[in-house]
Amino acid sequence: MRKISAHTIIDVVAKLCIKANTELRPDILGVLKRSFRCEPAGRAKRVLGVLIQNAAIAKREGIALCQDTGIACVYLEIGQDVRITGGSLEKAVNDGVRIGYRRGYFRNSVVDPISRKNTGTNTPAIIHTRLVKGDKVRITVVPKGFGCENKNALRLFHPTADLEDIRQFIVDVVAQAGPDACPPYIVGVGIGGTFEKAAALSKEALLKTVASPSTVLGMVRGVVSSSNHRQSPVAGPVSRLEKELLKEINKLNIGPQGLGGKTTALAVHVLTYPTHIAGLPVAVSIGCHAMRSATRVI
Amino acid sequence: MKKIFLPLDYNQVKKLKAGDEVLLSGELYTARDQAHKRLVDLLKKGRPLPVDLRGAVLYYCGPTAARPGRIIGSCGPTTSSRMDAFTPALLEAGAAAMIGKGCRSPEVIQAIRKYGAVYFIAAGGAGAYLSTKVKKATVAGFTDLGPEAVYRLEVKDFPVMVGVDAKGRSIY
Repeated sequence: MRKISAHTIIDVVAKLCIKANTELRPDILGVLKRSFRCEPAGRAKRVLGVLIQNAAIAKREGIALCQDTGIACVYLEIGQDVRITGGSLEKAVNDGVRIGYRRGYFRNSVVDPISRKNTGTNTPAIIHTRLVKGDKVRITVVPKGFGCENKNALRLFHPTADLEDIRQFIVDVVAQAGPDACPPYIVGVGIGGTFEKAAALSKEALLKTVASPSTVLGMVRGVVSSSNHRQSPVAGPVSRLEKELLKEINKLNIGPQGLGGKTTALAVHVLTYPTHIAGLPVAVSIGCHAMRSATRVI
Repeated sequence: MKKIFLPLDYNQVKKLKAGDEVLLSGELYTARDQAHKRLVDLLKKGRPLPVDLRGAVLYYCGPTAARPGRIIGSCGPTTSSRMDAFTPALLEAGAAAMIGKGCRSPEVIQAIRKYGAVYFIAAGGAGAYLSTKVKKATVAGFTDLGPEAVYRLEVKDFPVMVGVDAKGRSIY
């Protein structure tokens, strides 16, 4: 049994909050730069240029990429041979978020849902835990902004629905988001499971590394490991669906900042899970171009 | 690129066309969801407002806090459509322009035409970049709202695009 102190969790969560909010994920920065090269001279290219500049300023100055520093979603994969000592794990995560947001001078955006009173600490976090083999703890912090969160959707299809219906639904959700949710988007899709499982999968799909063209043919390892859902084998039906969706979405001509262009989505990631004979839940999560996350393994 | 010095005068507004890229210099007031709700409530009750709306440029923004030695934190636009229900009343009260991101409702577009106002869009998710255009920031009202308070921002060459012009033409 390996012991990990709650203090270590606090410290790591605080640092991850700061990293995620000030340093754009290298995979996303990479794909933004690629899109910048692909767009012809014009508005779309200029917007992408500003976003790349924004990432550089945020990193250099240590300020938030976006003023919506989000509600902190914290994914914990806890090795079953780990014991947390010196306090509760949940409290440690929330303390880490509180400290990280204060040190980073980030916005406290968390309020009571009824009174709308701000909690003043950006807590509580949304915590997802999963027990896995081993003696390590893998922590991923995802500051989730609500410009794009507000555009998410879930639909419970009949089991006899065609793949075409599902595809249309997903494209429609992106079309509905239109220029509002800071395109170009990362689109996360969860297909199967139950109501909440599909939603959770669509969120986890946003954490998968956005492939650069050279690695598209290799296996793409997710930021969140996929021990309890199927990792799509490349060139299988799921990766085919991802490619088709990306192509269709990029025909919407929403473009960077909604001003038109070839780049409406930077990536589409689909995760699946077995479901019930009577149904087919499909969830879509929209991630903005500043889709943020940071991970560390203790 | 066209430079505009605030406050806006109506002759300038008339000349702007959807899609024009302009650099704004002068005074903006931030206001997002809760501030909008309160402003419209106060207007309905005929009570005084914390800021003079006549000629004001409202910026849909809730900035992050300023690090020591900095003027402001990250300060990009938030989604405009959430303000749609409140916008016609604020334009009627004299607001001249808004800055945000994304689409507006037909009612807002109609009000923009009616009052000869203008809706600008700024780059969403580029709050660090936009913070470099802010020269001064002070709280102007609704202090208790924290990040949702109304701030008076002094900006220089703040880059925006005309989203909806005074004739009601939209970029989207």
